[in-house]
Amino acid sequence: MIDEKKNIKSVSYPWGRPGGAFDVQKIRKDFPILSRKVNGKPLIYFDSGATAQKPKQVIDAITKYYAEQNANIHRGVHTLSQEITTAYENARATIQKHINAKHAHEIIFTSGTTESINLVASGFAKKFVNAGDEIIVSEMEHHSNILPWQMLREEKNAVLKIVPINETGELILDEFKKLLSQKTKLVAITHVSNTLGTINPIKEIISLAHAKNIPVLVDGAQAIPHMKVDVQDLGADFYCFSGHKVYGPTGVGILYGKEEWLRKLPNYQVGGGTIKTVSFTKAEYADIPLRFEAGTPHIEGGIGLAAALDYINEIGLDNISVYEHELLEYATEKLSAIDGLKIIGTSKNKASVISFVLEGIHPYDAGVILDQLGIAVRTGHHCTQPVMEHFKCEGTVRASLAFYNTKEEIDELIKGIAKVKSMLK
Amino acid sequence: MKIEETENEIVEEFSMFDDWMGKYEHIIELGKSLPMIEEKYKTDDRLIKGCQSKVWLHSEIKNEKIFYTADSNAIITKGLVALVIRVLSEHSPDEIVNAKMEFINQIGLTQHLSPTRANGLVNMIKQMKLDALALKAKV
Repeated sequence: MIDEKKNIKSVSYPWGRPGGAFDVQKIRKDFPILSRKVNGKPLIYFDSGATAQKPKQVIDAITKYYAEQNANIHRGVHTLSQEITTAYENARATIQKHINAKHAHEIIFTSGTTESINLVASGFAKKFVNAGDEIIVSEMEHHSNILPWQMLREEKNAVLKIVPINETGELILDEFKKLLSQKTKLVAITHVSNTLGTINPIKEIISLAHAKNIPVLVDGAQAIPHMKVDVQDLGADFYCFSGHKVYGPTGVGILYGKEEWLRKLPNYQVGGGTIKTVSFTKAEYADIPLRFEAGTPHIEGGIGLAAALDYINEIGLDNISVYEHELLEYATEKLSAIDGLKIIGTSKNKASVISFVLEGIHPYDAGVILDQLGIAVRTGHHCTQPVMEHFKCEGTVRASLAFYNTKEEIDELIKGIAKVKSMLK
Repeated sequence: MKIEETENEIVEEFSMFDDWMGKYEHIIELGKSLPMIEEKYKTDDRLIKGCQSKVWLHSEIKNEKIFYTADSNAIITKGLVALVIRVLSEHSPDEIVNAKMEFINQIGLTQHLSPTRANGLVNMIKQMKLDALALKAKV
């Protein structure tokens, strides 16, 4: 994981103009959708936290798959099948390298973060959790990292412990330490909050849990697009993320698991591709990762995801982090100056996600007016109702910024908010 | 006035606006004419599910006609509810159940009909029709 504050001044800008700043205009040309209009206005896309737009490199990889490479993987002896199997396994290796996993077989293709978490929760329910055992999650989790554990709680009569957050939207680590006990079977926690933007001290959390031999699952859906993640350095036992939030296709995601854990986890879904031999009396299952990948996978999803990671690596995650941080600071400063606007989530260590509320204005109304101006923001509870409960708001407006956004777009948002206020006053 | 006549009247009214701002300002204005639900009826069981904003709906039957009152904590939603109530309120359950509500498309508010989690106009209309049927059955 990149230390946000470190190296900020020393990074180079290979993607930018010689001697100049990060060349966002050049990058924007890679994203075809950014040139379209919405409601007659140029699209300003501030909803990358929900799903990121796709560069043509990803779109081309998917088109090429269907136009030139389509065949089923791991099945045929024919050339097409061999070629695409190699391409798919190369994609796995790209993902392995991207998060610095020790082995390629520690990378499981899933349909997304949600399925990755469900796979682990289902395995823990079957094998490792008994009545009275505890799972720790935090108050800032996305519903996808709450509900699978709630289901496990109901099934096994287990207990869910919640790490509280403070008024800036940071985890209260002292409370976390108190929750770790001999009954704790797993800590499931987000790396970056999708609502508050808070970057959690995951390495420290993992080391605290590991000191008591407790494994940790990290929901990395909102971290992967913004920063370098090194699963070995973090020590994560499981790390989950989605393709579509990191500029790749929808419907594909990753479950990274340490080899020892994946070997211990029981089967999830079974079917074609997960076996060595099958008869009606018994089945001998394949090794990891294939044991967890039942059925024909989302082949172009895996290939598209690898293309997306190649793309961001070419720009450089350090460059992306620095530029997005610049955008975040600019937007925070401009938004803070607006009368009656309150930012929800003010941690010092944030990814480029800003949630805010406007005094006397419902987020839905603000979202409708901004949409008319071509500005796409997310409004509502962002699948984090406990966070809304904590900050006593029904919902927020969320602008999630990506490296294809510009300061000029932020200026348009500020003007848009002025329009919202004048229309809804 | 028949349901279709009110719909036509609304379509006529909205044809005066040639930009989105005028249209939305009108919707916001219409919210103020919403027949307000009595405070005692603002209970959780009268909340319409699936709205990003809160919408309370109360339905009553008088002389075989349904009367709706409502409120919302979002201003645009309030205007949309007011429009729907203006069309459906004070009609018989059968008329309400059979109303096509095509005016919403005709005045360019189709986006509010999409079955997304963001808005609940579809659910609102569905609830109004269900209430009408339920009240008819009770009489």
